[in-house]
Amino acid sequence: MSYKNEMMLQFTSLIENEGFARLAVASFCAHLALNIEDINDIKTAVSEAVTNAIVHGYCETEGLISISVKISNEQITIIVSDNGVGIPDIHKAIQPFYTTKADMERSGMGFTVMEGFMDEMNVSSKVGDGTTVTLIKYIKK
Amino acid sequence: MDIKSKVVDNVLYIMLKGELDECTASFTRNYLDECFLNSSFSNVVLELSELDFMDSTGIGVLLGRYKKLKSKNKSIYISNPSATIEKIFKMSGIYTIMPKIS
Repeated sequence: MSYKNEMMLQFTSLIENEGFARLAVASFCAHLALNIEDINDIKTAVSEAVTNAIVHGYCETEGLISISVKISNEQITIIVSDNGVGIPDIHKAIQPFYTTKADMERSGMGFTVMEGFMDEMNVSSKVGDGTTVTLIKYIKK
Repeated sequence: MDIKSKVVDNVLYIMLKGELDECTASFTRNYLDECFLNSSFSNVVLELSELDFMDSTGIGVLLGRYKKLKSKNKSIYISNPSATIEKIFKMSGIYTIMPKIS
């Protein structure tokens, strides 16, 4: 895959940075003239991935979250990663409504939304090392 | 996030304006709970035409409010979500407990 354009950003795992992350990814993709639905899908998926990194990955602590966006002719590949606690059982984690924080009004829908709003979603994680979520949106011609 | 509310004919109308995500969740939660305590109403209508963004954190916030009001036999209805927010609502099945009204 050859990329026409790519960027990477890194920021502290603060909830104040969620809006920034959404806007940064959306504006980087703006020149592609995606339809508004695709842009909103991307913003929402990025928001879910970043929220997971802040709330779960760096739960009670703080760390860096990186987002890279790579654009090819066929697709936009967004990679959100953290060096947080990691996910012991990914298969369980991505089940709709599954959450480790039910008492904190978490819906457990983050991965479901990412999967539903993007064309491809991949999660890799190692306990103690961190988590990487890859989100892909195909570019329709 | 900016929230306005008013009671008309025993219905509490709540207008959410802006973005509902992890960053604005606490404020939204607290404002709504306070509003529920200080108002006299039978049901709630959440007016979302000016809610520009919501992710699944918002679903958690709304479900929490639903549970609080359910214990008091009050219902929540949803009005005018954007197309993207509508997708999340449908995905979550929330319309089965908080119906959409026009």
